[in-house]
Amino acid sequence: MREASFTPSRVLIYFVVSLIAAAYLVPLLVVVLNSLRTAEEIAQTSMIGWPKQWAWGNYAIAWGEFCIAQTCAGIRPYMLNSALVSIPATIISTLLGSVAGYAVSLWRFPGDRWIYGVVTLGIFLPQQMRLLPWTIVLRDLNLTNTLTGLVLIHTIQGLSFTTLFCRNYYIAIPQELIRAARIDGAGFYRIFWRIVLPLSPPILIVTVIWQFTHIWNEFLYGVTFTSGQQQPVTAALIALSASVADIPQHGVQSAAVMIAALPTLLVYLFGGRYFVRGLTAGAVK
Amino acid sequence: MPAAARNGQRRLALDQLRRLPEFLIIWVPLLLSAGHLIAFALWTIWVSFTPSTLVPVSGWVGLRNYTAMMATRNWQIAFDNLLLFGCGFVLLSVLTGLGLAILLDQRIRGENVLRSIFLYPLAVSFVVTGTVWSWLLNPGIGIQKLVNGLGWTSFRFDWLIDREMAIWTIVIAAVWQSSGFAMALFLAGLRSVDADLIKAAQIDGAGPVRMYRRVILPALWPITVTVVVIQLQFAITTFDLVRALTGGGPGIATQLPALVVYDFMFQRGLLARGAAAAVLMLLILLAVLLPYAAWRYLQRRQSAHA
Repeated sequence: MREASFTPSRVLIYFVVSLIAAAYLVPLLVVVLNSLRTAEEIAQTSMIGWPKQWAWGNYAIAWGEFCIAQTCAGIRPYMLNSALVSIPATIISTLLGSVAGYAVSLWRFPGDRWIYGVVTLGIFLPQQMRLLPWTIVLRDLNLTNTLTGLVLIHTIQGLSFTTLFCRNYYIAIPQELIRAARIDGAGFYRIFWRIVLPLSPPILIVTVIWQFTHIWNEFLYGVTFTSGQQQPVTAALIALSASVADIPQHGVQSAAVMIAALPTLLVYLFGGRYFVRGLTAGAVK
Repeated sequence: MPAAARNGQRRLALDQLRRLPEFLIIWVPLLLSAGHLIAFALWTIWVSFTPSTLVPVSGWVGLRNYTAMMATRNWQIAFDNLLLFGCGFVLLSVLTGLGLAILLDQRIRGENVLRSIFLYPLAVSFVVTGTVWSWLLNPGIGIQKLVNGLGWTSFRFDWLIDREMAIWTIVIAAVWQSSGFAMALFLAGLRSVDADLIKAAQIDGAGPVRMYRRVILPALWPITVTVVVIQLQFAITTFDLVRALTGGGPGIATQLPALVVYDFMFQRGLLARGAAAAVLMLLILLAVLLPYAAWRYLQRRQSAHA
């Protein structure tokens, strides 16, 4: 059944697998090619085709000149917004989740089990159940339509995942190690710095990639709690589609889509192994 | 003696004061996370029983928001769509994922590259996926236009603007985006099937087809349940993909519960109705998750006894 020679059945397997892989790549290929075609060319043929003349200018227009809603500054400000939300929220939620995961798995304290149980419920509670309360909280904190507000939301909501990831990883560290360190007089922080953190890089990479990808790609909170120039790039893409509905600019739009998708695609390209580990770790809760 | 006791007490107090930062760093994030979950969920449930419209107000209207919500065309269409979308998407994505996993498990060359190709859509946002598929499926510029241009002028692929079929465009995009996830879990499952079982079946002279039907697939069913539950959870909360792909249209033909919630809360300013729709969404989710949690609990207890 698992011979490595090229029998007809194996040729068939390769054929089928390559065909499906090609189908998965088509959307990416279409966007890349379209981002290099002129609007007129696309209008004459279809979205699917090889560029006759390479319109590299699409990227410059999409990045810095294109009009989204009433502002004509391209996608750049929104990319910046997304970065200013994703990066701090990823770092803070990962650090806090790491300490919390360490506390509930190794340090142990009264009530650790029930509070961890409640925190992980956050993985299941739909965003729609939190939209209204967040509206009120942001209003009372004077953070409506600010990036700080989005950072706050993503940090607190991210804790459910980061704590879960770290806790499940730390639980494999032998308790004896911690007990011995405590007998030697090491406290909460010392044990964290000296024992737990040095063992953590694999899970921290998984957590950072997971958080960054999710926050960068998030749309609902972005579109609900920010408007205009404060929106993250996912919301800006929707606004862009709406503002060109009359005169489509598919070449420039494709370039904008590529730019918006690039950060998480790069993360996936370089950290794919950790990305997949996060996916499966999140699945087997 | 009293002096020593007082001294001891002071040392204890001092010790606790010194441990305060550690106490805070443990409890503050955990309490914020747990507290916001409970408080936010309860608050939304409370709003769903009030007569709130533009702003939350107190008062009690019983189940009126729920009955009114369920009587709207929006909700009925959204619920029917959820059934269609949920079943179609989960079935197709599980079958595709399983098929891909079995193909990749044949010790083929370039497995890593192929796996990366099937998984890359997961790294992209639903907004990007929806936007790109809205172009491909748009009869005026997408696949239909291409095929028409190639000479087959009577070719029609206009589900995107067809009220009956539009929901299936969301199925297509969703399967493209997340069947790789099913594949990854199935592949992990295939790799962990007991090698002795396979060897024993081989000695018994089982061919590949029999092997899969009798030995390998039965061993995969716990993973299948997990995959189905996770995909259902995704289906129930789908929002971004629809916003980017069809915007809920044509008309309201591709409404889903999450879009109804948003529509009532933030576009019509009917907070209580929107909250009721959100709670209904949660109930649908619980109808999937609670049996799953019970099943997982029983399984764990069984394996603990075994």
